[in-house]
Amino acid sequence: MAAAVLVAAVMVLPVLVVSSQALTAGDELSRLLLRPRTAELLGNTMLLVLLTVPITVLLGCGAAWLVERTTLPGAGAWRTLLLAPLAIPAFVSSYAWTSVLPAVQGLWGAVFITALAYYPFVFLPAAALLRALDQGHLDAARSLGSSGLGAVLRVAMPQLRPAITGGALLVALHLLAEFGVLQMMRFPTFTTAILQQFAVGFSNAAGSLLAAVLVVLCVGLLALEVPLRGRARIARMGAGARQRPVAYRLGAWTIPASAALVALVGLALLVPLVLVLRWLVRAMTSGAVVVGPLLSAAGSTVGLAVLAGLAASVAALPAAWLLHRYPSRLATTLERVTYIASALPGVVIGLALVTLAVQWARPAYQTAALAVLAYTVLFMPRAMVAWRSGLAAAPPELLEASRSLGLSGLSTLIRVVLPLVLPSALTGFVLVFLATSTELTATLLLAPTGTETLATAFWSASDELDYVASAPYAAAMIALSAPLTVLLRRQILDQR
Amino acid sequence: MRRRTFLTGLGALGAVGLVGCGSKSEDGYVADPGSLQVYSAQHENLTKAWAEAFTAATGIKVQVRKGSDASMGHQIVAEGSASPADVFLTENSPAMTLVERNKLLAPLDEATRQQVPANLAPSSKAWTSIAARSTVLVYNTAKLDKADLPKSLMDLAGPQWKDRWGCAPGGADFQAIVAGMLAGQGEQKTSDWLDGLKSNARVLQNNIATMKSVNAGEIECGVIYHYYWYRDQAGTKEGSGNTALHYFRNQDPGAFVSLSGGAVLARTKKPTEAHKFLAFITSKAGQQVLVDSQSMEYAVGSGVASAPALPPLNSLQAPPVDPFTLNSDKVNELMIDAGII
Repeated sequence: MAAAVLVAAVMVLPVLVVSSQALTAGDELSRLLLRPRTAELLGNTMLLVLLTVPITVLLGCGAAWLVERTTLPGAGAWRTLLLAPLAIPAFVSSYAWTSVLPAVQGLWGAVFITALAYYPFVFLPAAALLRALDQGHLDAARSLGSSGLGAVLRVAMPQLRPAITGGALLVALHLLAEFGVLQMMRFPTFTTAILQQFAVGFSNAAGSLLAAVLVVLCVGLLALEVPLRGRARIARMGAGARQRPVAYRLGAWTIPASAALVALVGLALLVPLVLVLRWLVRAMTSGAVVVGPLLSAAGSTVGLAVLAGLAASVAALPAAWLLHRYPSRLATTLERVTYIASALPGVVIGLALVTLAVQWARPAYQTAALAVLAYTVLFMPRAMVAWRSGLAAAPPELLEASRSLGLSGLSTLIRVVLPLVLPSALTGFVLVFLATSTELTATLLLAPTGTETLATAFWSASDELDYVASAPYAAAMIALSAPLTVLLRRQILDQR
Repeated sequence: MRRRTFLTGLGALGAVGLVGCGSKSEDGYVADPGSLQVYSAQHENLTKAWAEAFTAATGIKVQVRKGSDASMGHQIVAEGSASPADVFLTENSPAMTLVERNKLLAPLDEATRQQVPANLAPSSKAWTSIAARSTVLVYNTAKLDKADLPKSLMDLAGPQWKDRWGCAPGGADFQAIVAGMLAGQGEQKTSDWLDGLKSNARVLQNNIATMKSVNAGEIECGVIYHYYWYRDQAGTKEGSGNTALHYFRNQDPGAFVSLSGGAVLARTKKPTEAHKFLAFITSKAGQQVLVDSQSMEYAVGSGVASAPALPPLNSLQAPPVDPFTLNSDKVNELMIDAGII
């Protein structure tokens, strides 16, 4: 409990700094907020979320159902391929798409790129749960007179809800904070406007004010997710073995279903991969690849990403545990608070931490530790969602049995719960790792002087639209992330 | 068994991470108290070339922290007197003015100031220019006849230019141009022009995107800085093959020359070395490094010729603007009111 409160306090600190800076806008407040531009940004931001989130849910759940519950051939390969877009940074993929098809831009371009990049956040938990679903429940529903579809809707869906809404929440928060893609798509949202305020306005107050609006949007989303998630119990109870799910016979639908997945994976992977490879070949033939800086950038990236992955996983555990074992309004609040900062662009959190560190923690300034703290603040929801779906599968009865056999709470956690949820924890770690390895703006502000990461090096070159010089760094980011998505695959395969 | 696989994987990743971190300190990937700390928003290649030449000439080690004009300016202000920065280099002057207004700059050495003509430095004498860039109109030669080019940047706000031109108003580069316009043309004209921009122009990501958009014929012309075009011309011409440059000249707001700034921070712990660094990059040798770096920016040091491909700086008939008076707050306000940012 104390740990959860402490973590929440640290997470909320940068948000408080931003809010207090927003208040210094004073009499400018109304002039900045009550103008057509704000309405335009608000409309754009909400439109993007309202269009993209349902699409990712449809794509994610649809693909998960095809792969896990039907006779579609090649399920193993599909699992990997459908997760693979996680290895391709969204800004790399939009960079590739705009270079081959300049018409991909504006709202639809943004929806297109972000939906393709983010659907795995829904696919991953949905596939894991669909695979673990007890066919017995469905059969019971059928035997009580429910139709096939009815059984799925009334029995399976409630069990899937926490996973789907968790994934959808991640997508939504991501969309609020997304910058690179939207900048390239020329689709202005609050986040791109905030970066412009910092870039053009030289006004902390104006930028912070827009960020405060973003916080309000985020709180709205978080509040919305609570009722949507539902309170269904997922862990099974009682005697008997779980029944393996029966695969739905696709029959003649096999070909269209396969084609749909081919199209999805093709759009998400092929264009960015082919272009990055083509640029890479040109970079190699022109001798533009300098191995030394590339390796050291890769080293810094891995170092920071591993530390951030561990830090975020550890920091997310107390609140997730509290919420699992002792659900209460306070526990929910503590968990929710940790999400707020993640809706803010990295530059906002970065500047807030600069202010905090310079004033209160000078020795930490421009150390890797502060950068890792920023990543933890920004990406903890990924770990939180993973912990929660893992803990949801740890039946309370097992814990009670453990307690009744004389183990303390801590021992129960270590000896009973952790082994059950470790795969989920690893998922969280990998998701944070992936996010950190492509983070840009906070890295520029906070990393130790001289630290070059793959993302900052890619940005330097891509800002000049120098495709050839940026290719090695894009390729390295993909190469680094690819094996990790294979690890994520285990999350689906793991039987609970 | 499976759990063990996970743990092994996690352990291996951790080890790789620690190695990654460990290798950093050996390569100097942590702030080195022995080195001069240069915060630079200038192009990376140029900064690197300057730093290396300076170290070769003086033996003083330099560590560069890179960023963009704006976030670095904000960062230095947020750091205040605790800033580890010794020297600050910008691409445009408003970020420097932001730091200057917060009284964080040390007075510039007289000798350094003498190396740059007085019209290429602020009247406040708190910093010096280190390079310059000229506003130009890039136009698609197949779509726009030379005779139909606008006479002034101000013309582009007119209805006849609707949907025909583009720019990147979201960046520090463009903000400097508008600040120059504000200084020369006054608030009303600037505000009207921004309204025209809002309804006429295609808003692009940056200078290069603007140039490429013109090259591809999506728009007829665009407002950019000169060197993006010259660099592309010197290279593959991929982004500029179908285009030419139009210089407005005649002291037009469209002939605005933006100055990149260099300054020493007031609280530097290495004042001697920091002033030496600025003295070096504005010296003939330092400015020659700029010319040789292929950055295609203008050299500002007295007696140094810029890259031969460029029309001479003093032939551009730029409007006389004191960068010290560039009012970025007001520009911000006007751009907000016009609904551009």
